[in-house]
Amino acid sequence: MSEAVLSVQDLRTQFKTRTGMLNAVDGVSFEVGRGRILGLVGESGSGKSVTGYSILGLIEPPGLIAGGEVLLNGRDITRLKGDELRRVRGAQIAMVFQDPMMTLNPVLKIGTQMIAAVRAHDRVSRRTAWERARDALAKVGIPSPEERLDAYPHQLSGGMRQRVAIAIALLHRPAVIIADEPTTALDVSIQGQILAEVRRLADETGTAFVWVTHDLAVVSSLADDICVMYAGRIVETGAAADVIASPRHPYTAGLLASVPAEHEPGERLPQVPGSTPSLSDLPPGCAFAPRCFKAGPACTTTPPIQKFEDGRTALCHYPIESNSCQPLSSTSTTYRSAS
Amino acid sequence: MSAPAETRWSRLSQFWSDFRQSPVAVAALIIIATIVLMAILAPLVAPQDPYNQEALELFDARLEPGEIGSGGYVHWLGTDAAGRDVFSAILYGLRTSLIVGVLAGTFALVLGGVVGLIAAYYGGRIEALIMRVIDLQLSLPAILLALVLVAMLGQGLPQLVAALVTAQYAYFARTTHGAASAERRKDYIEAALSTPIPARQVLFRHLLPNALPPLIVVATVQVANSIALEATLSFLGLGLPLTQPSLGSLISNGFQFLLSGRYWISIYPGIALMLTVVAINLVGDQVRTILNPRRSR
Amino acid sequence: MSAALLDVDHVSKRFVKQKSLGERIASVLGAGRKSEIVRAVSDVSLSVHKGEVIGLVGESGCGKSTLGRIIAGIYTPSDGNVLFDQKPVAKQQGRRTSKLTTRIQMVHQDPFASLNPRMRIGDTVAEGPVTHRIVKAREADGYVADLLARVGLDPSYRRRFPHQFSGGQRQRIAIARALAMKPDLLVLDEPVASLDVSIQAQVLNLFMDLRRDLDLTAIFISHDLGVVRHVSDRVAIMYLGRIVELSPTADLYAAPNHPYTKALFESVPRIGVGRRNFHPIAGEIPSPLNPPNGCHFHPRCPFAGPRCRAEAPPLTAIGSGRFSACHLNTGGTA
Repeated sequence: MSEAVLSVQDLRTQFKTRTGMLNAVDGVSFEVGRGRILGLVGESGSGKSVTGYSILGLIEPPGLIAGGEVLLNGRDITRLKGDELRRVRGAQIAMVFQDPMMTLNPVLKIGTQMIAAVRAHDRVSRRTAWERARDALAKVGIPSPEERLDAYPHQLSGGMRQRVAIAIALLHRPAVIIADEPTTALDVSIQGQILAEVRRLADETGTAFVWVTHDLAVVSSLADDICVMYAGRIVETGAAADVIASPRHPYTAGLLASVPAEHEPGERLPQVPGSTPSLSDLPPGCAFAPRCFKAGPACTTTPPIQKFEDGRTALCHYPIESNSCQPLSSTSTTYRSAS
Repeated sequence: MSAPAETRWSRLSQFWSDFRQSPVAVAALIIIATIVLMAILAPLVAPQDPYNQEALELFDARLEPGEIGSGGYVHWLGTDAAGRDVFSAILYGLRTSLIVGVLAGTFALVLGGVVGLIAAYYGGRIEALIMRVIDLQLSLPAILLALVLVAMLGQGLPQLVAALVTAQYAYFARTTHGAASAERRKDYIEAALSTPIPARQVLFRHLLPNALPPLIVVATVQVANSIALEATLSFLGLGLPLTQPSLGSLISNGFQFLLSGRYWISIYPGIALMLTVVAINLVGDQVRTILNPRRSR
Repeated sequence: MSAALLDVDHVSKRFVKQKSLGERIASVLGAGRKSEIVRAVSDVSLSVHKGEVIGLVGESGCGKSTLGRIIAGIYTPSDGNVLFDQKPVAKQQGRRTSKLTTRIQMVHQDPFASLNPRMRIGDTVAEGPVTHRIVKAREADGYVADLLARVGLDPSYRRRFPHQFSGGQRQRIAIARALAMKPDLLVLDEPVASLDVSIQAQVLNLFMDLRRDLDLTAIFISHDLGVVRHVSDRVAIMYLGRIVELSPTADLYAAPNHPYTKALFESVPRIGVGRRNFHPIAGEIPSPLNPPNGCHFHPRCPFAGPRCRAEAPPLTAIGSGRFSACHLNTGGTA
């Protein structure tokens, strides 16, 4: 990752609640290079979506970005306000939501919205804008784009709408697109189509993607790099294939081991005991320690970021060693039935 | 997992701490409590029994506020044309108004709730029929409906309550229908039906409790509306008989003297009515705010 | 076939889209649209034997949830019969469906919606068995405590409300509620789809334990091929209201027969395969309002021929216990 287009440094996002401040994102750092796809993986409440929203400055009270930097091509965009921020958003960095109707206006034709989106940042004629919209739709694999421009969002299927949302995000060839669970609500066959398109777009256009998801399988087949989040912190990073093949953090190992497709049918699944802790009630030190099979006395203190070969990191006192890299089976005896 | 077992009490205390967020609503609640308390204790608080004709002295007629009458006590709010102490009359009038309001509100809640619930639960033609009748009724002003009904049924407390209930149940029915239709589609209803739990049990154990919160809000507002509606009818001489005067009849009673400078006979019952209705509405607003599911917690 | 616990016999389900009052008036005046009919399930037959777990797989609009609800007695079929132990599961009474058995129970997908938020979970679990006198009211408390322990929850939680539990715990409660009726057949509609990966494994393990201990028969509905492979003995793949392939699990995953099944397997992202090029199925899933003629899959099928466009292939035997609905299997050209 020589040329990071997006560099997030020690990002902190807090939410004010009745019971006090919650650290939804607690010191998150990562980088994405040109044309790369970063999978930001986590379960519900891990802070992965909030991280995505924070990068674009889409946090609204009672939430606030309490610290850190988001460097887009070297420029910190967390300090930008009003017009400056609007110029960056949509042009240099864009977002794709789980529900494409977050992007699309139900009462306007796709074409009207896309032309407006083009002309929001570029002073071009309606004709040129229309052509760019059409090309963008074609680029994400939408058949007969001219007809689609004339359609209202409700006339399209869910998968088609998501493609339109991706096309809108791509209109200005942004450096980075943040995608928040964009295929979670879609069918497998449609998800497959979109993942294939996104992979191709990243390679062809050089746009970097931060793909926020809970689905390890999606990340495994789509992403170049992985960041695994737990309770607001990144617990493991590395190249996707390496992390999947030999996870260093016990949480990642537990997640990977509990996927049924990797086991003999009917076999008891290794399971991570307990459930995700509430952010308002996190254990001291490592938040995963109470559920962890490797937890030891040190885990009541904040774990260090351990660095490994190939630039991999794990936030853990007792990371899994590379040569004992059979977490899929080794954990099965250790993880017992849930509470 | 470490959350304590929830009790009804802890829910109530949660509700109260939410309610306290609005000082206006707390003030309104205190006003309502005071009004209700004074109305209940009217025989003890009021210096005079305004409906005991024998106790009234014509000498005391139309005394200004603050004057001392033949009874030897101060008429803080003056007296009316028959020598009635206005303050005492208001306390007794409040009793009637509150009884009518609460009775009408409660019956309308029960009737409207059941009707709305049935419409939402059974759906189809039953729903279409009920809801069209409700729509039709809601398109008429409640006061008009109540006027016609009182004219038909005659005077008296039961008749008046019946008229008010008929005029107002539609609001409850529509609210219940809306809330219950939304709940009806949820999985827990389907889960209960597929157990199978008998329809009536699903209706009252599952659907009703979940459709209740918006109904409570409507109920508070409708109690206020009932009071105002009753006052209007009584003002027009169509409400309760003069032997059972309410705030409305008191206002009407002093209305003819309003322009001759004896404002107090009408104005003070009017203020009492306004205070009651506004206070109930303020409390209702705050309850609505708290029960709003979209409110951030 | 008569030995089967559950017989789904040529079942179809059509939903007529309700017209609004305005549309009805318009159609009387001759201006309205025609009423729209969704063919959610068409001509599905399936028999389930005691102790068996059948996986129902498919994408949205394939009718798997509707079929599950017909089996669970929530809907009655428009055509055909569902017989459980030789007796119908539900009957139609006017507009309403009345379920005739308590021995089939259902677990819903979303545990946040399937529990009454204003009822203590102990009461939710006890309601069915007390109503149907499976347990006496005064013994209900102990009965519920045992069930909660059975599904891995602390029995002392029974006076709590649903919002005090996590998603996985709620799903356990929903399972306890179903088990409380002492069912012979469980219909599970995407029971782990809304749960986090680490919690999914817990619930799947619970299901497998319960199945073993209670000798349960189950219909396991899911869009997740990995989950279904893990828990099912046989799998039925559905597409636009029809079963396109029905096969013992191991055979199906070893060698899928129907082009749709193959394509579905191809589209699923898998862990450990690494970055690769997808070969996703082309085209969109057609609307069940207006499915294609002949084989519903033909517009997306790479092997489709003229016969596929004209004639719907029946589900025919292609091996021991294996069935597939594709013209390619019946010889000749497609």
